[in-house]
Amino acid sequence: MNPIPLAAFPAMSDAVFALTLTLLLICPLAVAGVALINTGLGRSRSAAQALLGNLAIMAVATIVFALVGASFAGTLPGVSGSAGFTFHAAGQPWNWLGKGSFLLRGLGADAPQSQLALLFEFLAVAMAAMLPWGSGADRCRLAAGCAWAAVLAAFVFPLATHWIWGNGWLAQLGVNFGLGAGFLDGGGAATVHTLGGLTALAVVWIAGPRRGKFPREGLSTAIPGHSAVYVLFGSFLALVGWLAWNAAGAILWLHAPLAALPGTAIHTLLCASAALGATFSVTRVRFGKPDASLCANGWLAGLVASSACAALISPVESIFVGAVAGIVTPLMVELLELALSIDDPTGAITVHAAAGLWGLVAAGLFAPQPGQLLAQLVGIAALLGLVLPLVYLLFALLNRIVPFRVDADGERIGMDLHELGGGAYPEFVIHRDESYR
Amino acid sequence: MKYAGLLVMPAGFFLALAALVLFPDPARRTLFVMCGLAVEGMGLAVAVRGHMQARGARLP
Repeated sequence: MNPIPLAAFPAMSDAVFALTLTLLLICPLAVAGVALINTGLGRSRSAAQALLGNLAIMAVATIVFALVGASFAGTLPGVSGSAGFTFHAAGQPWNWLGKGSFLLRGLGADAPQSQLALLFEFLAVAMAAMLPWGSGADRCRLAAGCAWAAVLAAFVFPLATHWIWGNGWLAQLGVNFGLGAGFLDGGGAATVHTLGGLTALAVVWIAGPRRGKFPREGLSTAIPGHSAVYVLFGSFLALVGWLAWNAAGAILWLHAPLAALPGTAIHTLLCASAALGATFSVTRVRFGKPDASLCANGWLAGLVASSACAALISPVESIFVGAVAGIVTPLMVELLELALSIDDPTGAITVHAAAGLWGLVAAGLFAPQPGQLLAQLVGIAALLGLVLPLVYLLFALLNRIVPFRVDADGERIGMDLHELGGGAYPEFVIHRDESYR
Repeated sequence: MKYAGLLVMPAGFFLALAALVLFPDPARRTLFVMCGLAVEGMGLAVAVRGHMQARGARLP
């Protein structure tokens, strides 16, 4: 499929509108799946706080995005096709921020496709804000999660979204610099997963590791997730949402014809399947038996990688993309923990940031347009070089106002008791820290 | 050290951006964008190293 360079939304027939809306209404299953995976990979004594945190973060992110962020994203009804804030340098326009009315004024009066795009962005911001919550599991406070969701939804996510989906400077790389069709991200590999994964890195750096994770002597302590069933069922749930997510994204952001949608869904499934197979094999070879939680991470990494390229590649290429994601995932999870002392309970940095970046590169490698790979690399440079330092700086400041980390006592008794006053499993025996030593 | 690494990363981004403007030739453009990414990678490596040192200093 040759994607059309992004411009003002083309007219959409009623049938396509109905189909896209239906797909978007299925997308929250991907969010639910990721939330379930995050919860299962945490400790049992923090399970209720983890799942409630996912809901609260979603709620805060969507409200703040509606109040502030949507206008900066530039997809706000009434301003579709607007130039946004643009400056001219080196003879080219650089559209860097959207411009629109606050508080979603005009919603319902604008073109139907703009409203669908806005709905997509609401789901995307919820997912992006949720990803760091898993990485900060068992030690980050609910208030901190809500605070970073507000910051992400108000400033950072709209910036990236406008650049990529809102006809911003990355989307216009094709028109202005002859780089393929501009930066392509049909399913949110950049705006959702890479952004969320890099934010997870910032959160982990700021909050620090869980107590007892890295003793002064010896290897890091293994703290297994409390429910493999949640994790694996979450993976099934995520697949359903992801199929809808990638198909809806292909229609909205790549202007794909209906005939391309079955292929997009098949490539998504192939990516995830190849990734699972690869992770299964790698963990089987490394540990003697396949690791359930790493296999779920591999599956998810395949889905994330497909977000960038499912609508642009062939079946064989999608197997290759998934296999690479699946091989890299367990190795990188191990590298981050054992070599780099990064305590990421859900593996969000690997699964979302690294796999998202790989998917974006793959979209450039396999896209037919000349210059597409360079457009993808420029987008990646923007995400890594600008967004990660910006997020870290904002979060480091935020941490001074709303401390991310719970006190030592709270961590010892568990986040459920400390923050909610009751556990998720009141009739279960809860392990103390000493049990893991 | 972590902040130094994070400050280097935007320099890599601006190098990639400058490549778009300065070099119409695709080969040179690609080379400079790759250089920008390499600078970002170095910045990230320094930041990670800084994180590890800070963590080591905080351990009881």
